[in-house]
Amino acid sequence: MATQNAALIRTPLLEVEHLRHFYGRSTKGTPVIDDVNMTLCENEIVGLLGRSGSGKSTLLRSIAGLITPDEGQVRFHRDAASKAPDIAMVFQTFALFPWLTVLENVELGLEARKVPREVSRERAIAAIDLIGLDGFENAYPKELSGGMRQRVGLARAIVVDPTLLLLDEPFSALDVLTAETLRTDLLDLWFEGRMPIKAMLIVTHNIEEAVLMCDRILVFSANPGRVAAEIKVDLPQPRDRLDPAFRALVDEIYARMTARPIATQPARDGIFPGMGIAMTLPRVSTNSLAGLIEEVDGTPFNGEASLSDLAETADLEVDELLPIAESLQLLRFAELRGADFVLTPAGRQYAGADVDARKAQFAQALLGHVPLAGHIRRILDERANKEAPARRFRDELEDHMSEEYADETLRTVTLWGRYAEIFAYDEDSDRFSLEDPQ
Amino acid sequence: MSENPQTDRTQQVRIMPAFSRMLRLQAPSRADIIALLLLAGLAAMAVRGAEGVAQPLSHLRLSPVTIDPANLPGYALRTTLRMFAALLASLLFTLTYATLAAKSRWAEQILIPALDILQSVPILGFLTFTVTFFMNLFPGQILGVECAAVFAIFTSQAWNMAFSFYQSLRTIPEDLAEVSQGFGLSPVRRFLRLELPFATPSLVWNAMMSMSGGWFFVVAAEAITVGNTTVTLPGIGSYLALAIEQRNFHAVGWAVGAMGVVILAYDQLVFRPVVAWADRFRCEQTASADQPQSWAYDVFRRTALFEWVFRVFELPAMLLLLFDRGLQRKAPVAAKPNRLLELVWQVAVSAGVLWAVWAIYDYVHRTLTLADGITAMGYACVTLLRVLVLIALASVIWVPIGVWIGLRPAWAEKLQPIAQFLAAFPANVLFPVFVIVILRWHLNVEIWLSPLMILGTQWYILFNVIAGASAIPNDLREAAGMFGVKGWLWWRQVVIPAIFPYYVTGALTASGGSWNASIVAEMVSWGHDKLTATGLGSYIAQATIAGDYPRVALGIAVMSIFVVTLNRTLWRPLYAYGERRMRLS
Repeated sequence: MATQNAALIRTPLLEVEHLRHFYGRSTKGTPVIDDVNMTLCENEIVGLLGRSGSGKSTLLRSIAGLITPDEGQVRFHRDAASKAPDIAMVFQTFALFPWLTVLENVELGLEARKVPREVSRERAIAAIDLIGLDGFENAYPKELSGGMRQRVGLARAIVVDPTLLLLDEPFSALDVLTAETLRTDLLDLWFEGRMPIKAMLIVTHNIEEAVLMCDRILVFSANPGRVAAEIKVDLPQPRDRLDPAFRALVDEIYARMTARPIATQPARDGIFPGMGIAMTLPRVSTNSLAGLIEEVDGTPFNGEASLSDLAETADLEVDELLPIAESLQLLRFAELRGADFVLTPAGRQYAGADVDARKAQFAQALLGHVPLAGHIRRILDERANKEAPARRFRDELEDHMSEEYADETLRTVTLWGRYAEIFAYDEDSDRFSLEDPQ
Repeated sequence: MSENPQTDRTQQVRIMPAFSRMLRLQAPSRADIIALLLLAGLAAMAVRGAEGVAQPLSHLRLSPVTIDPANLPGYALRTTLRMFAALLASLLFTLTYATLAAKSRWAEQILIPALDILQSVPILGFLTFTVTFFMNLFPGQILGVECAAVFAIFTSQAWNMAFSFYQSLRTIPEDLAEVSQGFGLSPVRRFLRLELPFATPSLVWNAMMSMSGGWFFVVAAEAITVGNTTVTLPGIGSYLALAIEQRNFHAVGWAVGAMGVVILAYDQLVFRPVVAWADRFRCEQTASADQPQSWAYDVFRRTALFEWVFRVFELPAMLLLLFDRGLQRKAPVAAKPNRLLELVWQVAVSAGVLWAVWAIYDYVHRTLTLADGITAMGYACVTLLRVLVLIALASVIWVPIGVWIGLRPAWAEKLQPIAQFLAAFPANVLFPVFVIVILRWHLNVEIWLSPLMILGTQWYILFNVIAGASAIPNDLREAAGMFGVKGWLWWRQVVIPAIFPYYVTGALTASGGSWNASIVAEMVSWGHDKLTATGLGSYIAQATIAGDYPRVALGIAVMSIFVVTLNRTLWRPLYAYGERRMRLS
């Protein structure tokens, strides 16, 4: 496998050095991405994999020049002869102009470069043909299906002859079959060398997609966003999902993504960043928690499942599945062992219990293992009127994390606390209380 | 390929029909002829109408407005042209003012609050000042008076258009902005390719609402008395004023009829085609089921002329592109706020405000006393009472009717345009009818003049409620029906929450319009009979006739304060509440 890579001369195209970026204008608090370093070489497809909020998109936009990072730099290697490197981007939402036709959308980038009209038309039509959209030049985006819209997005990106193509979750808004077709078509164009592109950088949260397409995968950890692992994919193309080596690699990546942050981050309690009440909680509904427990408790899993199988059966993306699995681990209803998800005795007991018993068990787990929930409950108990404004806790959280995370964490704990009936919350007055809403 | 297009239409699309259409040599179609005649007719009318503007002022005295109905089409034309001149001015204002406000953080700090206040200032009270100003600007020329009239309409149109454009510029979809930035679109191209198209649907809608409101002011602004001078511009408004002076009931009827025809033509030939055209700029990825329809638009679209008309509109864009600086490939560096400059700016703004306060105080202080202020406040309270009672009454009447219509799609489709038509119809044309009735039956002036204030603005409540009721999802209605939710419970839990945000929008517009209308509605005449109701509106109107500038200024200021306060303390909180709790999304 190593020989295959050695055969290629690895010319670096792009280097990212010590990149760090913060939310908004502040340069305090937790950065979105922190000390990110990476190199992108010619003739490779690199995947950025991580859950939402891990700063993949921030990195992509820094490379695209759409945002200027607060610290660090993005350097392009180029021959003295060639001009500034061209970068084009494909968006998750397609980002087509609804008032322009397919042809006009594709011509947009050329128009900005003031390419003469005849030349630009010729090139646009060629790109449209290449991407398989001939006949739709004069259609408006709203007349097209999702897959065809993303083809327009691709044509628009490659028509400007970019050196580097950035793809921001390009297939995640499409249904499974359409995504597969488009992915295959794009890979065909790439391997046949029919695009002038020298390298592709693709952001995804779909592990199988990353393993299917990429030569190298960078796994990101969240809050702050860091490169947690780099994984080389040496499987020959075209790759087969059912190939045992493929499956093994997918499982390995699952294990990497659920691994506790290693030595770089000591003194961390559990998988979620932050300690005590400063622990950030992902937005996971109690229904999803109960659903996953029931799924794993029943046949064919009987209390133990590999994450990749679970993702497939439950039809969940990795960044949907992991927060649920990890929340269950936090509540000690389950344990993550490498790429496997195992219910604890408490979890199996929960699966078999009735509604009231479930709530009691959940309340106990919540007060025992989620410090913020215990904290809110304690404050409410101490107060004479058994009430407290939510603002108070939000402020407290914001001392430790960004505003968005504080908001999300408080929302999650409210959701869980309401379900467990350990406290009540009134949206109009934005207050927590102990009163029973009856 | 596995994907299928959503519509069959797309499969027939040929490459570049625009070119082939221009090159084809075939006999012009019927649609071509209709469109050509319509356009030529419009052009001829515009030229004829504009001829009168370049005359000296004495010309007005030589050929005064006459009561002969044969002249009415000419007058209607002049009135319409004034409307469109004002619309053009409003459009230019919007594109510059709102763009500046959206692009510059510093400009924004002044421009947006200023816009907010200007929206609430009673336009009709202004006529005194603007007529004097423009007549001094073009002494002895009709042009000066025309400008004053156009300016009056402009002030009724520009603010909400500018607001809508500003809002659109602030809510450009993130991904489209990134594409523009990624491709390095220059500011000019970004404006033409992204910002302007994105803002078009809401700008068109607001321009149309502005036009509807504008008819009211054009009628009021054509015949204006300031102190000893009365200026009458040829138009429907001045024709009506003459009819009232001569107590000619038939002539009033003619004026009402002419106004109806003009508004109908404007609705069919301008409003609907433009709304239908602007639908293509709606930023949604799926084709909506009910696209706005317009026969006039369909006629124009089928013609080769359409392209040539578009050339004309493209011209300003081409001119703008001459200033294009080309490729811009740079990420915006988050500008670190410069403390010193910021401070200087704040000080400058504060100093400007202080100076303005002092100037106003100095001007008012010379002629007015505190007692005048208290009197004006007292009158304002009377008018406030009228506005609130009338809005309540109109709501009691129109909310049930609007809901009834809105829940029946077939009816809503037919009646919604009528409600919009009624909102555009200038209610002041109907005032004489009321006056005659009041005089005939010796009714209490204080009470019976009041409905005039809301005569033209109540329709905003109606058509917003219709829109709200037709937007209630079917499943919600079915669920309510299945659980037997009826009577008061049905109103309280289903309908009122669902229409609430729409209702507040309508009521807010109606309330603002009523304040404005009070200036012409609290004092009306029929020949020599003059009916006056107590209130701030008649206070301003009387001061205007007397040429008492300080009291006009005082009246306007007090009214602005009342409108702003009412908006801030009643309508905005209600709207925010509705948006937060009751928006069906």
